[in-house]
Amino acid sequence: MAYQEIIAKFADVPGGMIEAFHAIQDEYAYLPEEAIIEAAKVFSVPTAEAYGVATFYSYFSVKARGKNVIRICESAPCHIAGAAEVVAALERELGISMGNSTADGRFALEFTECVGQCQATPVITINCKPYFDVTPAKVTDILAEYK
Amino acid sequence: MAEEMRIVLRNYGKIDPLKIEDYIALGGYGALKKARATEKAALIDEIKKSNLRGRGGAGFNCGQKWFFAYAVQADQKYVVCNADEGEPGTYKDRLIMENDPQTLIEGMAICAYAIGAAKGYIYCRGEYPQVVKTLRAAIAQAKEKGLLEDFDLEVRMGAGAYVCGEETALIESIEGNRGEPRYKPPYPPVEGLWQQPTIVNNVETFAAIPVIVEKGADWFASIGAPSYPGTKVLTLTGDINNRTFFEVPTNTTIREVVYQLGGGIPADKKFKAVQIGGTSGAFIPESQLDTPIAFDAMAAIDATLGSGAVFVLDETRDLIDVTTRIAKFFEHESCGKCAPCREGTMRLFDLMEKINQGEGSSADVALLNKLGRVMSYSCLCGLGQAAPAPVLSTIKHFPADYNAKFV
Repeated sequence: MAYQEIIAKFADVPGGMIEAFHAIQDEYAYLPEEAIIEAAKVFSVPTAEAYGVATFYSYFSVKARGKNVIRICESAPCHIAGAAEVVAALERELGISMGNSTADGRFALEFTECVGQCQATPVITINCKPYFDVTPAKVTDILAEYK
Repeated sequence: MAEEMRIVLRNYGKIDPLKIEDYIALGGYGALKKARATEKAALIDEIKKSNLRGRGGAGFNCGQKWFFAYAVQADQKYVVCNADEGEPGTYKDRLIMENDPQTLIEGMAICAYAIGAAKGYIYCRGEYPQVVKTLRAAIAQAKEKGLLEDFDLEVRMGAGAYVCGEETALIESIEGNRGEPRYKPPYPPVEGLWQQPTIVNNVETFAAIPVIVEKGADWFASIGAPSYPGTKVLTLTGDINNRTFFEVPTNTTIREVVYQLGGGIPADKKFKAVQIGGTSGAFIPESQLDTPIAFDAMAAIDATLGSGAVFVLDETRDLIDVTTRIAKFFEHESCGKCAPCREGTMRLFDLMEKINQGEGSSADVALLNKLGRVMSYSCLCGLGQAAPAPVLSTIKHFPADYNAKFV
C-alpha cells in the first residue's frame, strides 16, 4: 500500500501520527522522508515536528534498513547472561556490525533495551518475535528461518 | 516460609485469555456490576480505604488519585493504563495482559465509572505487539457483550522509549507527540490527556481493582504490610536458581524472595548484591536482606520496590561493569528535555566508563556522588531523579569494588 493511503487511514484518529508511523513501518521497514512530510501535512504539524516524532522513538528508523529487524537486548539481565557473545556471533554470521543492514536488504542489526522477556536471557527479537536463552551456537538456526 | 498469594494473577493459567466466557465463568465482570450499583463517591472511598497504592513505582494512593479526577468538573475525562513496561528485568504487566486481559479491562471500566470517564486508552509498549493483539481482541469481546456500556477503550502502541513510562510523557505520546515529560503541576488527574482530567494507573494497579471491589477494602488492607497492603508481582533475573515470577504479600522480605522463592544462587556461589525495582533501583547488600519489599520499608534503606524486578548478582560478578552498563542505559534513554538529566546521564556514564576501564580515581567517585545527588533532586522527572540510584548505592555499599578498579 502506498504511504499516502496508509496515512489517510489515521487522519481522523486523535494523536494518530504515531499509529500511522507504525503502519508505514510494517510496510516499508522504515519511515521514508516523503512519508514523514505527508504525515506532517495530514496531521497539520510542521514537518520538523513530524520528523522530531519519527526520530524520538527508537523503534522508528528514518534510514532505509533491512527488512528483518534483529534487535539484541543489552540491558543488565541480558548483559550478564552473555549478550556480548551473541552480538559477536550475529555480526560474524551476517558479516555486518551493529547498527547496519546486510547488502541484500534482508537483515538489520540493532541494539535495544529490555524487551520484557527476562525469564530467558539473553534475548533477541526478530521483527519483535522473541528468541529465548540465545547462545552463539543457536544463531545460525534462528537466522535460517528468515533466509 | 514465604508463600505466593495470587491476586492480580489469580486467573493465570486458569483461563483462555481470548475467551471472555472463561473470565466471566470465574466471576469476571461481577465487580463492575457491583461497582456500578454503588454511588461513585462511596466506591472511591472504598478504594481509598483499601490503601491500594500505585504499582508502577510511585506508590500513590489509588483512591485518592481517583478522587482528584472525580472532583473536577469536565466534559470529558480519560482513563489511561500505563502498559509501557520498560524497566529492565520486568515483565509482570505482560504476564497480566497476556494471560488475563479482561481483568485489566474490568479494572479500567470500574475507574471510568468512578470518575465519570467515557474514554480510555491502554498505552502498551511497542516491544509487545502480540500483547496489543490480545488486548484488542479482548476489548472487542467485552464490547460485543455490552459489558463496557458507554465506555470506549482503545489500545495505543509505544515505539521504544523508556521515558514514556513517565505518565505525562506517556500522555504526550498518546497525543502523537515526542514523549517528553511535562512540567507539573498541573497533575494529570486535574489536567492530563488533551488537557482533560486523566487517571493514569499501572496495569498491576488496575488488575487489583476488581478483586478489591469484590472482596472489600478491609480484606485487601489486611494483606501484607499495612502501609502498602496487598501483593506485588516480582520477576527474578540474574544469578538465581528460579528465573521466574512470583506474586507475594508485600511483607515478604528480600531474603525470602532470593533464598526461598528464588531458590538461592546457582552453583552454591555467594550472594553479592540484589537490585530491586529495575535498572533505576538501588543495589542492596547482604546486610539489608531482611528488609520487607513494601514501599516504605524499601524507602527506609534508600531503595525502592519500583516495578518489582529482582536482579541478583553472585560474588563473581563485576558490579562496576554492571553499573556502567546501567549508566549507559540512562544516557541512551534520557529524553533530553531537561539539562540535569541530559548532561547528567552522559557524565555519569563517562565517569563510570572511565572507572570501569581502570582509568578512574577516588576523585571521580567523589564527583559521581555529587553529580548523582544533584540529579536526584534537580531532574524534571523520575527518570533523571532515579538514574543515579544504582551508582550512588554501589558507591555507598560496595566501595571496595570501586577501589579495586583504581590502579
